[in-house]
Amino acid sequence: MEMLSVKNLGISFGGLHAVDSFSISIKKGELYGLIGPNGAGKTTVFNLLTGVYKPDMGQILLEGQNITGLSPIEINKAGMARTFQNIRLFDNLSVLDNVKVGLHNEIRYSTISGILRLPSYRKTEKRMNEEAYKVLEVLGLENEAKNLATNLPYGKQRKLEIARALATNPKMLLLDEPAAGMNPSETDELMEAITQLREIYGITILLIEHDMKLVAGICENIFVLNFGTKLANGAPSEVLNNPEVIKAYLGE
Amino acid sequence: MKAKLLNMNKSTRSNLFTVGVIVIVYTVFQTMSTTGNMSNLLKNLLVAMCYYSIMAISLNLTVGILGQLSLGHAGFVCIGAFTSAFFSKIMVNTIDNTIIRFSLAILIGAITAGIFGVIIGVIVLRLSGDYLAIVTLAFGEIIKNVLNVIYIGYDSNGLAFSMEDTASLNLMEDGVVIIKGAQGISGTPRNANFTIAVILLILAYMIISNFINSRSGRAVMAIRDNRIAAESVGINITKYKILAFSLSAALAGVAGVLYSHNIATVQSTKFGYNMSIMILVYVVLGGMGNLRGSMIAAVILTVLPEYLRFLRDYRMLIYSIVLIAVMLYNWAPACIEWRKSHSLKDLIGTVVGKNRKEKKGA
Ligand SMILES: Nc1ncnc2c1ncn2[C@@H]1O[C@H](COP(=O)(O)OP(=O)(O)O)[C@@H](O)[C@H]1O
Ligand SMILES: [Mg+2]
Repeated sequence: MEMLSVKNLGISFGGLHAVDSFSISIKKGELYGLIGPNGAGKTTVFNLLTGVYKPDMGQILLEGQNITGLSPIEINKAGMARTFQNIRLFDNLSVLDNVKVGLHNEIRYSTISGILRLPSYRKTEKRMNEEAYKVLEVLGLENEAKNLATNLPYGKQRKLEIARALATNPKMLLLDEPAAGMNPSETDELMEAITQLREIYGITILLIEHDMKLVAGICENIFVLNFGTKLANGAPSEVLNNPEVIKAYLGE
Repeated sequence: MKAKLLNMNKSTRSNLFTVGVIVIVYTVFQTMSTTGNMSNLLKNLLVAMCYYSIMAISLNLTVGILGQLSLGHAGFVCIGAFTSAFFSKIMVNTIDNTIIRFSLAILIGAITAGIFGVIIGVIVLRLSGDYLAIVTLAFGEIIKNVLNVIYIGYDSNGLAFSMEDTASLNLMEDGVVIIKGAQGISGTPRNANFTIAVILLILAYMIISNFINSRSGRAVMAIRDNRIAAESVGINITKYKILAFSLSAALAGVAGVLYSHNIATVQSTKFGYNMSIMILVYVVLGGMGNLRGSMIAAVILTVLPEYLRFLRDYRMLIYSIVLIAVMLYNWAPACIEWRKSHSLKDLIGTVVGKNRKEKKGA
């Protein structure tokens, strides 16, 4: 069963083909790695998949549904959630509220019942809190719930982005360099958390990572991007021994 | 009782506290006023304190919570003031019951101002840039100047409208002119009083505070903090921007209703750029997103200039120095540090904390 199927995706900025003929097929429940040197176009792929950029060409199917050209909002509603390489949290909201914003479309009550504090407000807020705490626990952030997002240490901010994305109840999660800037023990913890949330939610993940060895450890398949095009694609053992890949990385 | 208080939602507790303080201040002022212990100067400012507070907290919703600059808040106040005064004057003989008539006037002022908020929001807030400041600035001036040249009257034939003068309304013998161009509307029933003004202030505060602490309010603040991230979790940016902005406009309209039903004459020239900036000053001094701060700033800055009159020529100088001092206290890094280490909450917190620990130990 295919979760994500992308065919010939491409975009140019001016004369630069940032992403060219990008095709990938990701199975349900799979953890796929997307690697490549700096400026290879990895983040641009995410921006195309999530509707931040409109592709010049190509097609994106999420569990069979054509989401090409939809807005980021619609794509999220269709079941795709993401994190950002340059952290984008709601800085002045608490950790708990960041996750509750993620629950926005999952658990609802009207503006009026919020203003009048009708029973549905109390009931639904309670459910929201419970759900939010569940997600926070998976990422080990439950003790930070009341703190402002901006006051969290770097590693926890990255985890909070994952928690917020998870709260939207996605079928597919895109993680953009989740371990960037983390120390080795933080990285281990993060990988642990990713493995765990796959077990719990059975979620499909596409993960960008700069560090090739790190990805090799946990991904079932790896796609290597270089100058916007495919350099290699397949099982880690195969990809890591590919001479082209070695050259691209050593030449960096 | 105490357990119940502790169990309560944090925002509910904070609402309760704020409303409590408002009620206490109200009781003190009201007692002083009825027992003759209040100067006429202050007495005349009681309702004004409330409507300026409503203006400030409603603008704070746009500036502090939505994170958009509005320079025409007085325009919405003006719309609320004029539409409600117009209604009250026409209906003063038709609807005898003051409470019903004034309640309707409040609704009309709020809804009309809210509708203008929606219109401006739909035009401007779909754009992702910061165009709101410019458009609201223009809006405020347009409303003021248009109302300044409008003449409306009615007679047995119905309503008559002109943009020239009273005579061109061609009213019959029984005709009454309601809006008289630059002279505005006079003789509006003076239904506003301190008690009603405080009730409306509390209502406005509860509405804004509950909104902020709800699903919709969180969406608005998420957009303020990071629009791209808010989109990525499926928040409808335009919808929530317009919602917050029009709620802010509608409540400004309520302040306008209080305004026009508190004084004998309401003229559009009062609602210009200066008033918009003054409201913005309350918000900035009280702190972005801080509703209590907005109210405190509005009250103090309404009373202060009146009490500084004895300084004559130096009055505005001192006023500005006070503004600068408060500004520094609020925002200078050194002052922020000092406040953190000397915070009242922390002091109380450590004392209470100690007590608790001691009890546990015992
Ligand atoms: N909005 C944009 N406008 C112009 N160039 C862009 C834009 N976004 C990305 N690029 C360019 O596309 C290339 C790929 O960038 P990016 O996807 O961020 O790389 P990676 O994430 O692999 O490090 C870079 O050369 C970058 O400068
Ligand atoms: Mg990148």
